[in-house]
Amino acid sequence: MTLATASRDGSPYIDDVVRAFVIATIFWGVVAFLAGTFIALQLAFPVLNLGLEWTTFGRLRPLHTSAAIFAFGGSGLIGSSLFIVQRTCRASLFGGRPVGWFIFWGYQFFIVIAALGYVLGITQSKEYAEPEWYADLWLTVVWVVYLVAFLGTLIKREEPHIYVANWFLLAFIVTVAMLHLVNNAFVPVSFFGAKSYVVWSGVRDAMIQWWYAHNAVGFFLTAGFLGMMYYFIPKRAQRPVYSYRLSIVHFWSLIFLYIWAGPHHLHYTALPDWAQTLGMTFSVMLWMPSWGGMINGLMTLSGAWDRLRTDPGLRFSVTAVGFYGMSTFEGPVMSIKAVNALSHYTDWTVGHVHSGALGWVAFIIFGTLYYLVPVLWKRERVYSERLIGWHYWIATAGIVLYITAMWVSGIMQGLMWRAYDELGFLQYAFVETVAAMFPYYVIRAMGGVLFVIGALIMTYNLWKTMRGELRREAAIPDYRPGAALAR
Amino acid sequence: MPTKIEKDAVTGTDTTGHEWDGIKELNTPLPKWWLYILYATVIWGVGYMIAYPAWPGLRSHTDGLLGYNSRADLAETMAMHEKRRAPRLDRIRAASLEDIRGNADLLRFAIAGGRVAFAENCAGCHGAGGAGAKGFPNLADDDWLWGGTLAEIQATIQHGVRTGDDKARASQMPRFGADGLLKPGEIADLAEYVLALSGQAHDADAAKRAQGGYADQCASCHGDKGQGNREVGAPRLDDRIWLYGGDRAAIARSIAEARGGVMPGWTERLDAATLKMLAVYVHALGGGL
Repeated sequence: MTLATASRDGSPYIDDVVRAFVIATIFWGVVAFLAGTFIALQLAFPVLNLGLEWTTFGRLRPLHTSAAIFAFGGSGLIGSSLFIVQRTCRASLFGGRPVGWFIFWGYQFFIVIAALGYVLGITQSKEYAEPEWYADLWLTVVWVVYLVAFLGTLIKREEPHIYVANWFLLAFIVTVAMLHLVNNAFVPVSFFGAKSYVVWSGVRDAMIQWWYAHNAVGFFLTAGFLGMMYYFIPKRAQRPVYSYRLSIVHFWSLIFLYIWAGPHHLHYTALPDWAQTLGMTFSVMLWMPSWGGMINGLMTLSGAWDRLRTDPGLRFSVTAVGFYGMSTFEGPVMSIKAVNALSHYTDWTVGHVHSGALGWVAFIIFGTLYYLVPVLWKRERVYSERLIGWHYWIATAGIVLYITAMWVSGIMQGLMWRAYDELGFLQYAFVETVAAMFPYYVIRAMGGVLFVIGALIMTYNLWKTMRGELRREAAIPDYRPGAALAR
Repeated sequence: MPTKIEKDAVTGTDTTGHEWDGIKELNTPLPKWWLYILYATVIWGVGYMIAYPAWPGLRSHTDGLLGYNSRADLAETMAMHEKRRAPRLDRIRAASLEDIRGNADLLRFAIAGGRVAFAENCAGCHGAGGAGAKGFPNLADDDWLWGGTLAEIQATIQHGVRTGDDKARASQMPRFGADGLLKPGEIADLAEYVLALSGQAHDADAAKRAQGGYADQCASCHGDKGQGNREVGAPRLDDRIWLYGGDRAAIARSIAEARGGVMPGWTERLDAATLKMLAVYVHALGGGL
């Protein structure tokens, strides 16, 4: 593996900031998975709300979602983007170490004040945009510095072209800035108070909220992580990217179509029918642009598929692309009004989100971490390849339990809600559907427990790697027929 | 870096000649199936926009060729179910509760409708199937505070309990301890007496001491043998069914503080047919006695 350690002009890459982001990613990952498992158990066993206002489901749920998306996902994304942009531009970070450290500590500070707010009951009550105005303003400052550092590095690049990963990362940074500003147009009640009110009202506010939230999925969790995928999969597989043309076409079609798809979150509501049509049709048209990334990720392995047997780190990245393909098919299906009439407000949505969050986002980050830690800490390899294998299978089993339980319970829930008996009465009361969900809530929580166990194995493995230890173990055998002979 | 196009040995495809940190790109054309499905979804999307409400203008939007609108769609579905219920609902409105009970078809209908109405409005306090909970009467047993006939159940549902409304069921037991009407020792003795009434283990001497007190203070409502009185909603004390617990401490607390719950009246919230179906349903759970 050829590894440039310095930019063309000789100034070293700013890697200590990336190392800090790697540690933050691991830490927030464990926090997010633990919080998610705990609230999953609360749904099955309400006594776990503990009778304290700070530990109720309503307050811990945004703690979990923000820890997963913004703390774990965000730290992984910002850290790896700084790693990628420097190397693919052969230029050190614009602004140097002070700017890099400001981005790191500024972002971590945002996470902490947001999380404290959730637990104390301070919230804007907007999904995925819960932090109040003071935290929003601070994030805006940090984000602008991040944008300037990223753009500055691109501008001073020593390569003639901009690599595809950087297109996606720049789209992520720019669009998230726009979403954040518009959806957080709040007016504080007082300068020294936390409370504020949104300037939008009624269905307009609902539309802006879901324009925001859907594109947080589109540009934070999709475009950003595609940027990550476009660097680490070719790097790890040591193969060229499958199709440059596909990357151009799917990039622009994804960017153009995604931004209109938000209304599918408001099917059959006060949102006008014409806007629902817009959201639904653009969601369906988004299917192939999304799959372009999957094709480019998977087909990059042409000629290197055998490495999946022996490289469990690469297996994480490739499985992530598989889950990405599944979620980006399921999404358009669920956006169709006839399907949405059944799936909306049910656990099917929760299962869909988690096949994306666990299968795509977390797995692509795990693959990236297993690549980055040995490189950044200058180790020969990860402490134990076999432990990566254990992490892989345990986490995969966890995801399968999670999403199958939510498919079954979600569809059951939707069918029970709409069931009429032959006399013309609703067949079930809401409380009966809640009671019917119990076994699936338990299975889902077990999936979460497995995911946490996997993450703890990873933490141990990477911590040992950082310390410079190598576990003495036989290489993972290649079970191909004839492989032993060929060697 | 100068552009250097190479042929990839594995796939036989040319690279684009660019390289970033060791990453190259192949110049593979767009997969045909991918492109055709993309075109197909775009064509379908445009077709859907023509068929359904889609393009906004300054004042309105295109209605689409099918003339679909989701409010009309909802109204149609609701009307369909209403139509299915309507004939029997009309008969329910016209019939007396006894007539409903006597007609197999109407009874089945009323129990189905009452079950859903109960689960949505009543089960939160009275539990699924009317099993009750501490402070919320069990409706599936034979013990009725305000009476278990169809008419009595209907009256309770319509007007509620202790709502402040004139027609509501209302009664208030004196707070013998909190208002200093009895001394703590007397309350403890009375509790033993009530334990005795319900056939539980008790201190016979204490119960004997309370005999006069019970006759003076309690018997007028709860009856001389603890048989209760539905006129004033006074619970029976001679059985083992307890609203707030039947052990020594719980009984003493009830005497001292006089407990009594509130149930809303439902006339304002539910229509007449639903109220009737609820009465029939609850009666079927444990009514009659």
